[in-house]
Amino acid sequence: MNSTRCAACKHLRRRCPSTCIFSPYFPSNNPRRFQYVHKIYGASNVGKILKDLPENYRAEAANSLYYEAYCRIKDPVYGCVGIITILHQQIHNVQCQLAGIQAEIAALSTQSQNEDNQYQQTLIAPTLIQQNGVPNYTSYYDIPTWFD
Amino acid sequence: MAGGSSPCASCKLLRRRCARDCIFAPYFPPDDPHKFAIVHKVFGASNVSKMLQELPLHQRADAVSSLVYEANARMRDPVYGCVGAISYLQNQVSQLQMQLAVAQAEILCMEMQQQDQHHHQPPPVMLPPPPPISSFQDDQKSNNFLLGNFNNLQHYLNYTVANSSSSSHVMQDPLKRESLWT
Repeated sequence: MNSTRCAACKHLRRRCPSTCIFSPYFPSNNPRRFQYVHKIYGASNVGKILKDLPENYRAEAANSLYYEAYCRIKDPVYGCVGIITILHQQIHNVQCQLAGIQAEIAALSTQSQNEDNQYQQTLIAPTLIQQNGVPNYTSYYDIPTWFD
Repeated sequence: MAGGSSPCASCKLLRRRCARDCIFAPYFPPDDPHKFAIVHKVFGASNVSKMLQELPLHQRADAVSSLVYEANARMRDPVYGCVGAISYLQNQVSQLQMQLAVAQAEILCMEMQQQDQHHHQPPPVMLPPPPPISSFQDDQKSNNFLLGNFNNLQHYLNYTVANSSSSSHVMQDPLKRESLWT
């Protein structure tokens, strides 16, 4: 028997054996942790969940049970599901913003390319104009690179 | 049994009489026994009953739905339950926010680059004088362009549009070109 009972055994007012399933995860210095978990899940169910897991996973399981119990006590209707819903909404909002910005980037890139193309097309060397007035653009690319 | 009908899923599982005012009956119909079974396994019938009793009637259906969701998550992932999903989604939010910040920085850069291009004055360009062409001889504005005065490019464009018979390569809308140089 532990000299100091764990928070679970203190709450349940029972002897705390050395093999107590709760004692590693519900220390006596944090009674609220077990109270929340017990209120939502019940000591028996928590004990079953922990016993069904390998020992190296029990600490994480106890933490997640405490977190879910805490969320359920803070929000008795939705609990953790309320947080999940909010996160889904946040993801949707950020995805919409990102799509908008990416569309703007694409539009700016296209506009910039069009302006470059149009600018290049206006640089017609007058020497190419033939006497019959019909422009000949075959030497367009001879224009000096200052225009780039 | 409520009103002579079959007992609800919870009372069937708990093997008890389903009272008329059974707190579970509206939310755990007999045709879906798995729903109550999983909630009972994770939370326990007694705890679920206490939780529902503490809620007003109009919120109980949502509470049951969320409890079923959490119970299912815990059955799928006995270590993390719903918390695993929360962790995953928070990670997604962070990544998306980073992508958004990068995209916003990129668009800011592009806008600044465009502003720089609009305000940039290119150096004067010296082009060889044109051979004598009758259609240009009397046009002083095109000569200005040849001397590299880009402020008169607008006039040059107007002239070429007006005088070129096959001007497919020439800017058809000089107003758009003007915005580059103003």
